[in-house]
Amino acid sequence: MSFLRTATWALRPSSQLLTRRAVLPATSFAVRHLSDSTKKTIEDAIHNNKLVVFMKGTPDMPQCGFSRAVMQILTVQGVDMKKSLKTFNILADEELRSGIKEYSSWPTIPQVYINGEFIGGCDIMLNLHQSGELESMLVKEGLVEPEPEENPRA
Amino acid sequence: MSTPVTSVTIESLTTACNERLEATYVQAKDISGGCGQNFEIIIVSPMFEGKSTLQKHRLVNEALKEQIALVHAFSQKTYTPAQWEALSQQ
Repeated sequence: MSFLRTATWALRPSSQLLTRRAVLPATSFAVRHLSDSTKKTIEDAIHNNKLVVFMKGTPDMPQCGFSRAVMQILTVQGVDMKKSLKTFNILADEELRSGIKEYSSWPTIPQVYINGEFIGGCDIMLNLHQSGELESMLVKEGLVEPEPEENPRA
Repeated sequence: MSTPVTSVTIESLTTACNERLEATYVQAKDISGGCGQNFEIIIVSPMFEGKSTLQKHRLVNEALKEQIALVHAFSQKTYTPAQWEALSQQ
């Protein structure tokens, strides 16, 4: 176990918190409570799309390694990234960024929804990918074609 | 445990896992390269028995809520003692 690094631990830059506050309305209701409009945006998105990812950046240009990893997993699974995937760049929408964390009761981004159900973040996606469960889920929802029997994957 | 969490250390993560998740083994790693905001953690606990990955991660997220709020990135692997045993045999 590595207890070697007992460097001085940097606090999260306070500027980050200030920026977040500043963007929100003066009543800052959205800090603790998901607004009705954000909730509706999220619910519409996850119920009208089989596969939704709330991420940092875009599929073409993810702004975070974890969001990139999820995009790579979906690409490897054979998801049509243009047609079958709906993404939201939470970096471009501060209310959505805090709203989705509250909606899913999940502290981190990315967040993946399949058929309206919260699946998890990057760690869980990687798990499901490796165990083969993700493929079954995607096939079940018609998001990817089943793998032909005579052509098993390496 | 009312001291406010102001920064995250491997020690504080380990302590929280031991106290709140009855962890039998914790391996926390700072992978931030010095800024202290990026952690990777392996947690083994009997509390994970019979739970899905999502449920396990939700337990961890709740137990480490204060810490996760302070860091930039947080990655977790959760195992029951039996799963961990099987994994270390490999």
